[in-house]
Amino acid sequence: MIEALPARVALTSEAADLLRRLRVVHGPLMFHQSGGCCDGSSPMCFPDGEFKIGGSDVHLGDLDVEGIEPVPFFMSESQFAYWRHTHLTVDVVKGRGSGFSVEAPEGVRFLIRSRLFSDAESAVLNGT
Amino acid sequence: MAKYATPGDPGSVITFKPRYDNFIGGEYVAPVKGQYFENPTPVTGQTFTEVARSTAADIDLALDAAHGAASAWGKTSVTERANILNKMADRIEANVELIAIAETWDNGKACRETLNADIPLAVDHLRYFAGAIRAQEGGISEIDQDTVAYHFHEPLGVVGQIIPWNFPILMAIWKLAPALAAGNCVVLKPAEQTPVSILVLMELVADLLPAGTLNIVNGFGVEAGKPLASSKRIRKIAFTGETTTGRLIMQYASENLIPVTLELGGKSPNVFFDDVAASPDAFFDKALEGFTMFAFNQGEVCTSPSRALIQGGIYNDFLAQCVKRTEQINQGDPLDTDTMMGAQASNDQLEKILSYIDIGKQEGAKVLTGGERADLPGALSGGYYMQPTIFEGNNSMRVFQEEIFGPVVSVAKFSDYDDGIKIANDTLYGLGAAVWSRDGNTAYRAGRDIQAGRVWVNNYHAYPAHAAFGGYKQSGIGRENHKMMLDHYQNTKNMLVSYSQNAQGFF
Repeated sequence: MIEALPARVALTSEAADLLRRLRVVHGPLMFHQSGGCCDGSSPMCFPDGEFKIGGSDVHLGDLDVEGIEPVPFFMSESQFAYWRHTHLTVDVVKGRGSGFSVEAPEGVRFLIRSRLFSDAESAVLNGT
Repeated sequence: MAKYATPGDPGSVITFKPRYDNFIGGEYVAPVKGQYFENPTPVTGQTFTEVARSTAADIDLALDAAHGAASAWGKTSVTERANILNKMADRIEANVELIAIAETWDNGKACRETLNADIPLAVDHLRYFAGAIRAQEGGISEIDQDTVAYHFHEPLGVVGQIIPWNFPILMAIWKLAPALAAGNCVVLKPAEQTPVSILVLMELVADLLPAGTLNIVNGFGVEAGKPLASSKRIRKIAFTGETTTGRLIMQYASENLIPVTLELGGKSPNVFFDDVAASPDAFFDKALEGFTMFAFNQGEVCTSPSRALIQGGIYNDFLAQCVKRTEQINQGDPLDTDTMMGAQASNDQLEKILSYIDIGKQEGAKVLTGGERADLPGALSGGYYMQPTIFEGNNSMRVFQEEIFGPVVSVAKFSDYDDGIKIANDTLYGLGAAVWSRDGNTAYRAGRDIQAGRVWVNNYHAYPAHAAFGGYKQSGIGRENHKMMLDHYQNTKNMLVSYSQNAQGFF
């Protein structure tokens, strides 16, 4: 039996609820993890295909949200080099949002909660 | 100690309106769909006004107004344009307290900073570009006896600007001054976190600018920012914010083949060489302050010195003194002129900072001071306050690589010059950096070796006009604060003139 790879990304039930609500308004969704100033370091949620993914991005995985299509999660390759040893969970907090991320008008913001991969997980995922 | 009265209270320098519409074509215009969003103050977490929640329809109105004014403004003489910018500067200077307190209330930062840094810098910026546009020259070249090339600077026309919430007024002026000086009309979208202070300023200067020259449309990025950035009716888009949105803006701009300038953030290294501690003198004290600059603006600065790299020879003693200096930071009511650190700009910013404290600890970084939310008394307990925090660790940890955007500094040791430069450059970003050394040669070489657009030497967080500011690597494109910015807002027209009477010999 082939074991599935450990997941790199997950989400809380609050995040799942929010994604279901947003999907009604915006259609299928995607995440790109940002870096940098102001609203960076938090995942940006866009209508799927709105943000062009290319050769410099890594597909970390898909978030399974009951009732809607899986939501793919991407990050730039250069940033991934520094994040690859951590597991990311997409959560939601109250806030002013980040401009172009679709949840902003809802008065909430997606946020990443991280944990270090265990040695076992890391061995499988990162070969280290 | 002086404490400003809460906005709206008796004796306050400012009372906000209960509602702010968009500023379009020289007047206040309600959003087409009639929707508003609440705007809380980070000082207490309480809502204090509501603001237009605009959509594409409102952006269109603003673009109509801007296009209506563009031809006349573009043809206005540089003298007249400079005089208008100077009058705006004077008007702002005459009202510095009102504007500074408005800024403090909208953003949460200490009024000590808005009164002494944000607003005076904005005033100066307008004056600088008023001078720069007067002194700008085109060029004339004699190609041959019969042919002369004349070079003229022409405005682009109508431009879009999307600004961040960390220095709402200053960031607006950084973009507006060169754009307006160069003869363009602007549609500006402030950050939804801080939508009001720029309108307070606009109220004071509206009579100075021809209607439609500057239009301000508030709203959410996804609802108002996107229609602006992707509009066929702008000739350029400028953006300050984070990297993913920066990429998105470039994408939209590429649809219409318009130029983009971006300022996207950093993880700026503050590098302290051993010789800094050679003597317990004024300069040593300055270096300690230099370390503590991570707390300036609550750490909500793209160039925040969020990595401190201290050379091994002085590491333990210097760091111990830095911790003491950090613990002396006066955090409190942003309306008190003694307060050094105010509130973070929003709840989600505070949550993000706390999530970074968590991952930092998981990765094994040590908290030397701070590390928790700050609970301030009374009305402030609903506000978004974070303790200044020092982490100790190594440069590959996520808290050393990502922009936390809070009063958190990550400290690492370096051994020699090469090690210091290597660690300083081991980052995706290249916006700011600082080198601290008493030795001119070390300072010079390090300054040139660090891959950042702004390298402070023996100082930090100075943003005078005429010092070009912008990023290397993933920190952005273009330079602000300098007359070279005029190039970003102008086209070059080459008139190639023949004075020969005779056919050229082709046909």
